Amino acid sequence: MTAAMTDAMTAPSILPLELRGVSFERDRQRLLKEVSVRIAAGPKTIILGPNGAGKSLLLRLCHGLIAPSEGEVLWLGADGRDPLRFQAMVMQRPVMLRRSVAANIDFALSLRRIPRPERRRLIGQALKRTGLAAFAQVPARVLSFGEQQRLALARSWALRPQVLFLDEPTANLDPAATHVIEDAIEAMAREGTKIVMTTHDLGQARRLADEVMFLHRGRLLERAGADAFFAGPENELAGAFLRGELLWWERRELTPPTARS
Amino acid sequence: MTDIGEAFAAAFSLVYHLDHDLGEIVLLSLQVSVGAVAVASVVGLPLGAAVALFRFPGRGAIVVLLNALMGLPPVVVGLVVYLVLSRAGPLGVLGLLFTPTAMVIAQVLLVAPIIAALARQVIEDMWGEYEEQLRSLGATPRRALAALLWDGRLSLLTAVLAGFGRAIAEVGAVMIVGGNIDHVTRVMTTAIALEVSKGDLALALGLGIVLVALSIAVSAAVALLRGTLAQPRAQ
Repeated sequence: MTAAMTDAMTAPSILPLELRGVSFERDRQRLLKEVSVRIAAGPKTIILGPNGAGKSLLLRLCHGLIAPSEGEVLWLGADGRDPLRFQAMVMQRPVMLRRSVAANIDFALSLRRIPRPERRRLIGQALKRTGLAAFAQVPARVLSFGEQQRLALARSWALRPQVLFLDEPTANLDPAATHVIEDAIEAMAREGTKIVMTTHDLGQARRLADEVMFLHRGRLLERAGADAFFAGPENELAGAFLRGELLWWERRELTPPTARS
Repeated sequence: MTDIGEAFAAAFSLVYHLDHDLGEIVLLSLQVSVGAVAVASVVGLPLGAAVALFRFPGRGAIVVLLNALMGLPPVVVGLVVYLVLSRAGPLGVLGLLFTPTAMVIAQVLLVAPIIAALARQVIEDMWGEYEEQLRSLGATPRRALAALLWDGRLSLLTAVLAGFGRAIAEVGAVMIVGGNIDHVTRVMTTAIALEVSKGDLALALGLGIVLVALSIAVSAAVALLRGTLAQPRAQ
């Protein structure tokens, strides 16, 4: 098998991703309600919403880590191939194996059956791009939280996925570490990886988003281009969220919607 | 009091003179128990990990059973192996009764549940943390299992050590299936039992001291190994 054939990026795209009436229930609580959306290649999609909106769940459903209680998650371009092979995900808390930094990436690449010499090259490249080259032989678990998150991103980068899911990747990071992560995300997007990312950080959403999906209490309330969304969302709850007003878990009557021009 | 003094004298004299019979007994004890632990690890570690990872009907019962089997009485295991290996038993044709092999078989049955049950707990705790990440990376169950066993190596070593402790210390099973035959199947514990019944308490205690020293030596060796294993695997 040649390198080109094992490269997920150059294979035909598995996108678009289509969710048809997807609901998710746990302990008789409906945590996601009838989400129908089509996510196409190209723009960076940011899933925005307050804590508990179901952002992580939606991401894990898309990635295939959990199965919907109702509805379907379809990779329309998969064409019989295993879609997971072309995706990667960066979790909110990175999980690193008890091995060296380089071996962690090597493990991920070996699972995709990438030949050894090619693996070596990809590992070097990914570590260099995330500024971790000096840490290659360091035990991954010794790294700081921010460095581990960079390693998680390096690991995903080395896989050259068509789609990268990121679940609040900078939730616990300081501004400098956040900056490094955001730069890497932008770079991956430029290389053609579709970015789907959750955040509750409005600043980050403004910096990264090409399009926004606003999720609240398990419902997808609005989807719009980033410019339009940040200029003035149609949904009143999205508007309240942008203005920094708290969205209560039990929805309250908001003060007159006419307040907004 | 004098007994204990004599015991230390006996133990010291046994070790100091590198008593040939003692050497033979110690060596056989180690061979049987290390062999049994090795086989039990090869069976028990993957078994425990598999029970931790996979959801199947009857899994809860298997977990309870594994935990219960940790307390299996050695004499009962010895008796069952004796019946199976005795001339009239189903495996009697193999002629294994009263051989070191029979002792290894009995100890494997004693030790494998301990290693499997402890490994199950270790791996299950880790799986909670690793599951989504490993599935996201596309790990097959086999690769996930191997990765978990490797990552849990330090805790699993303790499980193996617990198994060894059980094997080297038990007397009931090896006595029944081995028969405590001098120069053939006599190990430390059966030798101690014999000396006690003969009334040579000092020699018995002396052997006991050697046995405890042996346990400490093995445990120290494992501690050294643990230090080596804590290093990350080279790329």
